[in-house]
Order: sequence, then C-alpha cells, then structure tokens
Amino acid sequence: MDYLAQLLLIGLGAGLIHNFVLYYFVGLCPFMGVSKKIDMALGMGLAVTFVIAIASTLSWGLTYYVLRPGAFLSSWALSLITGQAGEVDLTVLAYLVYIFSIASSVQFVEMYLRKYFPPLYKSFGIYLPLITTNCAILFACLEIMKNVVGVDTAAVWGLDKALVLSVGGGLGFTLAIVIMAGIREELELADTPKSMQGAPIAFIVAGILALAFMGFAGIDTSLGKLMLGGS
Amino acid sequence: MAQSDGPTPLERFINGILPENPVYRQMLGLCPTLAVTAAMKPAMTMAAAVLFVLVCANIMVSLIRHLLQPHLRILVFTLTIAVFVTIADRVLAAYVYGMSKALGPYVPLIIVNCIIIARCEICASKQGVLPAIGDAVGQSFGNAVALASVATVREILGKGTWFDLPVMPLTSGDYGWSLMILPPGAFLTLGLLLGLNVHIQTVQARRKREAEKAASTALATSA
Repeated sequence: MDYLAQLLLIGLGAGLIHNFVLYYFVGLCPFMGVSKKIDMALGMGLAVTFVIAIASTLSWGLTYYVLRPGAFLSSWALSLITGQAGEVDLTVLAYLVYIFSIASSVQFVEMYLRKYFPPLYKSFGIYLPLITTNCAILFACLEIMKNVVGVDTAAVWGLDKALVLSVGGGLGFTLAIVIMAGIREELELADTPKSMQGAPIAFIVAGILALAFMGFAGIDTSLGKLMLGGS
Repeated sequence: MAQSDGPTPLERFINGILPENPVYRQMLGLCPTLAVTAAMKPAMTMAAAVLFVLVCANIMVSLIRHLLQPHLRILVFTLTIAVFVTIADRVLAAYVYGMSKALGPYVPLIIVNCIIIARCEICASKQGVLPAIGDAVGQSFGNAVALASVATVREILGKGTWFDLPVMPLTSGDYGWSLMILPPGAFLTLGLLLGLNVHIQTVQARRKREAEKAASTALATSA
C-alpha cells in the first residue's frame, strides 16, 4: 500500500500538481507551436510521452549503473584497469550522456516506427525530430538524476519510480497541450485586439490555465497524509 | 564559404539586440525567459550563463564548420553546447552555490535552449570566427534585455523590489502581488509584453508609411 501510494503521488505530482509545462515551463516550444489543432496536439503529446519513457529508462540505467559515485559498472571498470577497488564519480558527464541518449533514442524510435508502424510514423513524422530539442525530456532525465545521485542509499529511486515520473509528466504534458489546443480552436473565432493576436493571447490563455492548475497544489500533501498516515 | 558574403560582425551584433531579438522577434528560448524571471538576480545570472555558452559554442562551431556533415550537425551542435553548459554549471556551483541551487534544472536546460542551436545553425556554421562572436554577444545581449524586461515587471509587482533593492516598500513582504512571482504571472507578463511589442511595431510601421506619404505628397505639390 505504501509503495502504490508513493507511486501514485509521484505520478500525480508530475502530471497535475507540478505540470511540466504550466509549472516548470519546460516543453514550451511545442506547447505554443503545435497547439492549433486538437488532433495534432494529441499526436505531439503522445509522441513526447513515448520518447520521454524510453529516454528516461535509458538515462536511469546509465545514471544508476555507470554515472553515480560508486556505481557498479564504473567501479568494476576501475578495478579492471588499475587493479584496485574504489569509487569513480562520473556525474560531471551526466549532461553529455543524457543529451546523447535522448538524441539516439529519438533516432531509434523513428527508425523502428518507420519499419514496423508506417501509419503511426506518418502521423508522428514531423514531430519526432523536433522532440530531440524538447526540454521536457531532458528535464525528466534531470529530475530522475536528482533522485539517484546524492541521496541516501535507501532513498535512491528505482526504475519503477523513474518510469512513473516520466510517464506521468508526459501525460500531464499531453493534457495541457490538448486543453490549450481546444481553447485555441475557439480563440480563432474570438475578436482579439489586433496586437494581441497569435502568440501574445496564447500566453495569456496559458497563464489562466496555469492559474487553474495551481488549484491542484496541496493535493499531494493531503493525499499523502491520508494514504501513508492511515496504513 | 567566403567570409565576405554575410553580415559583418558589427551588423550581427546590432541585429541581435533589437531587430532580431531572440525572445521578442524570434520567439526562441522561452523556457528560461519564463522560468528564471521571478527576480532580477537569477535572471541576470542566467543571461550571463547563456552569454558564456553561446560565445564558446559559436566559436567552436565556427572553427569546425568545414568538417561538419549535414546529417550529423545538429548532434554535433548539441554535444558541443552540452560540454560548455557542464563547465558553466560547475563554475556556478563552485562560486555562487546559492544561485546555482535556485536556478536548479534550468542551467542544464540551456543545452536545449533553441537560441543557441539556432545561432549555431544560422550563423556559426556558415561564417568565420569574428562574425560568430559578434553574433553570439549580440544575441546574448538581446536575450538579457528580454529577460530583464520580464524580470523587472515581475519583481517590482511581485515583491516591490528590483535587484533586491526596495522600490515599492509598502508592497514588500506579505503585501506583494504574489501571483506575479508564481508561474501564471510569468505567462501573463510575457503575453502582455509580447502584445506591447507587436503594438509598437505596428505603430512604427504606420508612422513610417505616413511620413513617406507626406514626403511624396509634398514632393508632388512642390513639383
């Protein structure tokens, strides 16, 4: 029960309470650029969720087994090379490794989809290369790194929590971009002042959306008390 | 790739500040513009970090531009940027630890800041080192101006201070407009400033048109 409650809190936190776009402002480029039609927005959201899950799995594995101080593979390599046991701290390489793993996972996803799911590839086609430079994905990797490197041994996140965070964040991004696209479809018909048309009014709408999402703040603490305190 | 067939360093520098301002005119690098502008101090630290990374990345890419393969260039750009961002991040953590903590994930997120990749693509991969430096400095100043404008509005309205100096003493503490330092305030401020920017552009264009018209009618009547 404790375990499930923790996972639920992480997922809810990433998806709703600290929504990637509306709370942390990451992934704003597609949020503003690809939110004119609902179906395109949904496609973009799902593509991001998909890539985020793969990239965070990869980066969790690399962080846990290679990069963090005293990680299994790097210590083993050190003992193999120098013949002495010891710890290696490779966290300084983290950003390079993450960006490389994101770029290559996007490439692999693209190749895989093109070979096995051509219709899906066609619908994702335009967005997939764009996702490499989507900050939401790097942000998810960094959040995971924050919970793997430099915390107590008992509090180090496993792959389960990392996946829940990234998929929750991806679904939260999808939710936000789909709501935004719905509003912008209606906004086309509205009588906006001339200088506010396009991006400016979109930012105002996003601000009001962010205000609405602030209503979720505090759910996590009360829910946590209810579930973790009771059991 | 002759160096003469492109804007000169000075043109690149001036272009970056207002005519091609990365935030207001090109709509690039919006994540940090919204995320670190709750106060002036983090905003200016961020602008300095972007300046360092952009100058270094532009110099590097400009030096290796003849070796770049078209299909690999974006990857090379991002990896180059990632190296300099790691340096900037370590330096910030070593000398201004509190600020580094406050900026949190947004320093590493400079890697995927579209301004830098766009400048590598548009300028540094095509021109020599000098125009690339001029371009990088100009674009970073433009970015700093944009960050400062948003941060000024948000800090003064939200906390009543500017660079932690009291501006409106009565609104400090509990009486500030706390919405402005929360996420919604960032979206609202940037939206209104973008609208103001478009308005100024249209007014300028109209004035110019009217002045030309007046000049041509004056010419016609005198003739």
